[in-house]
Amino acid sequence: MKMILTGNESAAWGARLSRPKVIAAYPITPQTSIIETIASFIANGEMDARYIRVESEHSAMAACIAAQNTGVRTYTATSAHGLALMHEVLIWASGARLPIVMSVVNRAMAPPWSVWTDQLDTMAERDSGWIQVYTQNNQEVLDSIIMSYKIAEKHNILLPTMVIEDAFILSHTSEGVDVPEQKKVDDFIGEYNPAFKLDPEEPAGFGSLIMPEGPYMEFRYKMALAMEEAKKEIKKVVEEFNETFNRNYSPFIEEYRTEDADAIMFVLGTIGSTAKDVVDSMRSEGYKVGVARLRYFRPFPAEEVRRLAKKTNMIGVVDRSYSFGPGADLFAETKSVLYNHTDIPVKNYVMGLGGRDITPAILRKVFLDMLHIAKEGVADKEIEWVGLQGDERWS
Amino acid sequence: MKKLTIPEEEHMLSGHTACLGCGATIAMRYVLKALGKNTILSIPACCWAVIPGVYPHRTLDVPLLYTAFEVTGAAISGIREALDAMGKEDVNVVGFAGDGGTADIGLQALSAAMERGHNVFYIMYDNEAYMNTGIQRSGSTPMGAWTTTTPGGKKRMYKWEPKKSVAEIMVAHHIPYVATATIAYPEDMIAKLKRAKEIKGPKFFQILSPCPTGWRHAPDKTVEISRLAVQTNVFPLYEVIDGKYKISIKPKNPKPVKEYLRLQGRFRHLTEEEIEKIQRHVDENWKALLKKERCSQEEE
Amino acid sequence: MSVNLPEDPTPIAKVPSTENKTGGWRTFRPVIHYEKCIRCYICWKFCPDAAIHFAPPEAHESPKEALSKFDTVEINYDFCKGCGICANECPVNAIELVLEENFRGDEE
Repeated sequence: MKMILTGNESAAWGARLSRPKVIAAYPITPQTSIIETIASFIANGEMDARYIRVESEHSAMAACIAAQNTGVRTYTATSAHGLALMHEVLIWASGARLPIVMSVVNRAMAPPWSVWTDQLDTMAERDSGWIQVYTQNNQEVLDSIIMSYKIAEKHNILLPTMVIEDAFILSHTSEGVDVPEQKKVDDFIGEYNPAFKLDPEEPAGFGSLIMPEGPYMEFRYKMALAMEEAKKEIKKVVEEFNETFNRNYSPFIEEYRTEDADAIMFVLGTIGSTAKDVVDSMRSEGYKVGVARLRYFRPFPAEEVRRLAKKTNMIGVVDRSYSFGPGADLFAETKSVLYNHTDIPVKNYVMGLGGRDITPAILRKVFLDMLHIAKEGVADKEIEWVGLQGDERWS
Repeated sequence: MKKLTIPEEEHMLSGHTACLGCGATIAMRYVLKALGKNTILSIPACCWAVIPGVYPHRTLDVPLLYTAFEVTGAAISGIREALDAMGKEDVNVVGFAGDGGTADIGLQALSAAMERGHNVFYIMYDNEAYMNTGIQRSGSTPMGAWTTTTPGGKKRMYKWEPKKSVAEIMVAHHIPYVATATIAYPEDMIAKLKRAKEIKGPKFFQILSPCPTGWRHAPDKTVEISRLAVQTNVFPLYEVIDGKYKISIKPKNPKPVKEYLRLQGRFRHLTEEEIEKIQRHVDENWKALLKKERCSQEEE
Repeated sequence: MSVNLPEDPTPIAKVPSTENKTGGWRTFRPVIHYEKCIRCYICWKFCPDAAIHFAPPEAHESPKEALSKFDTVEINYDFCKGCGICANECPVNAIELVLEENFRGDEE
C-alpha cells in the first residue's frame, strides 16, 4: 500500500508491522511523532501491544530489557539526550543478548541546545554492542526496522539494533512510502522465539556476578563473534528482503557512480541523497566523482570498505559529528581499516553539525577539493571543518 | 507432625554468600514463603545482587533478573507487561531492592511504576545504608548513625538528618497497598504479603532488615534488634490499604530508644542529649502515625 | 583457534548454591540440647541460611511425652555459618554456641 509518511510515521509503521508486544517510550524532540503514532495505533486497536509510558529514556530501555528477557518482542525510540541517558542500559541490553530494536532520530547534543540533526548521539554509542543501521529515506526507515528484528533475533546473533534516521530531514519530512502487507511481514519475520526467558518452571539468575577467573571475557568474546556473524546474516536477510518486497538495498555500502571514479565521497544517512544529486550534475560536466553511503556502522564492514578504496584514487569521508580524537568516527574507522591495504589519500570533512544545512553547493566544493587531492596524490590536511562562519573557502 | 506459624515451603536455598546473621536474607526467605514458586524477581545492584553467589550459582528457586542499580521500578513494569501480554497474569512480579536502590537512585523509576499502577510488588529491604559497597550513607540511614561516609571525626560528622520516609512517599502515590514489616515478626510480614497478593495493582513493602556488618552489632542479635525497633517505636509496623492506615503492633509500654541504640556500634558515639533528640524524633513520628490511623478510622 | 566458551550467550546461573558448603565459615557451632528443646521451631523460623531442617519425632528423644509426637529439628552443619541467631532466639536456651575448634577432627 502506498502512503505519504514522514520518517517518524514510517518508523511507527515499521514497528507496527513487526508486532512488538511491549513498547516502552519517553518523548523527546524530534522522536515524539514516532511514539504518538504508535499510541494512536494502539488506541485505535490497530496494534496489539502493551505501551509503558515511562518517566525517562533510561527506564524505557530498562523496561524493554526486562520485557524482552521475559520473552516478548519489544520496541522503543529516542534521540540525542535520551540516547545518552540510556547509555548504561544500552550496554546492559547487548550484554544480556536481547534483540531489542530501537529507532534513533539523530539530533545534536547540548549545550548549546539544538534539536537538529547531528550524529554525535549515535556515534557516542558505537561501542555499546548494538548493531547500528543508518537510513537515507523514509522507505529505508520502515524496511530497516523489519529487517532488524529478523537479523537481531537469530540465535547466533542476539544483538540489539538501532535504526537511525536524521532529525527533521527524515523525521518530519513526508515522502511516498510503500507499506508492505502485514501477512507478508509476518511470514518474513516469523513469531518471536526467545533463546532464553524468565520462567518460574526453570529458575535461573540472568546476569549474575562473575569473578575475573570466571567467563566474563568469554561472554564478551561471544558478543564479538556475534557481531562478526551479523555481517553474514545482514547480507542474507537484506537479499531475502529485496526479493520478497521488491527492493534494492545493498547490505553494507550503497554505491553510486563509483565505477572509474577519481574520488569517492563516503557518507552516512541523508547526506547520501544530496551527494548523489551533486554527483549527477558534476558527472555531466565530466568530473569523475562518486558517492558511497555506509548503511551499517556496526558491524563495520571492513572488507567492503577496502574493496571500495580499490576502485578510486581518493576517499573523502564526511562526518556529521566530531570525536576530538584522530578525526570523526566514520573517518577514523575508515582510515583504520584501510591502513596497510592502500596508500590512497583519505580526508575527513566535518560538516553539518547542529543541523547546519549540507547544501549541494557546499558538497560540490568538497568534491572539487577531493579531486584536487586525488590528482596530487596527497591530502593537504587530514581533517577539515567545512562551512564554519566566515570561512570564505566553503561559502 | 508440626505446628508452624509460617509456611513450610522454602524457595531460598542454603549455600548463599550473605554475611553471618544477614537480615536481608531472612526477609527474602519470608517473601518467597508467602508468595510461592510462581514468582519472578528483579534485583538491582545491592547486597542481594551478590548473595546468590558467583555464576553459575543461584540460591533462589524462582527466576531472577539482575538489573542496573536505578531501574527496579522500570524492570518490574516490563516483566509485568510482558507476562500479561503472554496471558500469564497469575505470575507474581517482585522488585526486591535495597534502601539505596529505592530511596535514592531508584526513586524516580519506583515512583513512576507505582503511579502507572502495574500489578507488581516492590519490596525495599531496608538495611539503612549502602551495605554492599561498604556502609555508605543513604537517604534511609537513620538520624545519628555512623557510616563510612558519615564517619564522625573531630567534627562529629555523623548522619544527623532524619531518615527519609519512603513508605509515606508511596502512600502519596495513592496505590492500593503499602506496608512496613520487619524480620522479627514473620507472621505479620507473611500475613501482609498474602493480603497484598489478593490486590491487583502496585504493592509496596518496606522491610527493616538489620545488618550486623553495617550496624556494627553481633550477628546473633539481628532478630532481637529488629524486634526492639518495633518495641521502641523506632520502626512502627503498619499497613495502608487504599489510603487507610492501620497500625499492626502498638507496644503497650514502648521501650526507650536507647535500648535499641545501645546494641549497635553505629550509634555508640551518641551523647545523652543526642539520644534524647532521637527519642523526641521517634515520639513525634509515632504520634503522627497514630493521628493518621485515627483519621482513617474517623472517615469510616 | 580452540577456546572454551560458555554454551549460553549471556550468564544464566542455574546451579543451586547448595554446592557451596558455607559451613566452613563457622567460628561457633550451635549445638542443640534436645533434652531442653520444646520443638517450637523458632530456630527454624529465623535461620538466615535455611540450615535448620525438620527431622522425624523419634530422631531425638524428648523427656516430655507430650512433645515426642512433634517433629524435631536438626542443624545442617554443611551450611550453618554460626551466626547464633537460633541460640539467641531460643526461648528455653536449648542451643549452645561452642567454639568450632572443639570439633576439629570429628566425623560429621
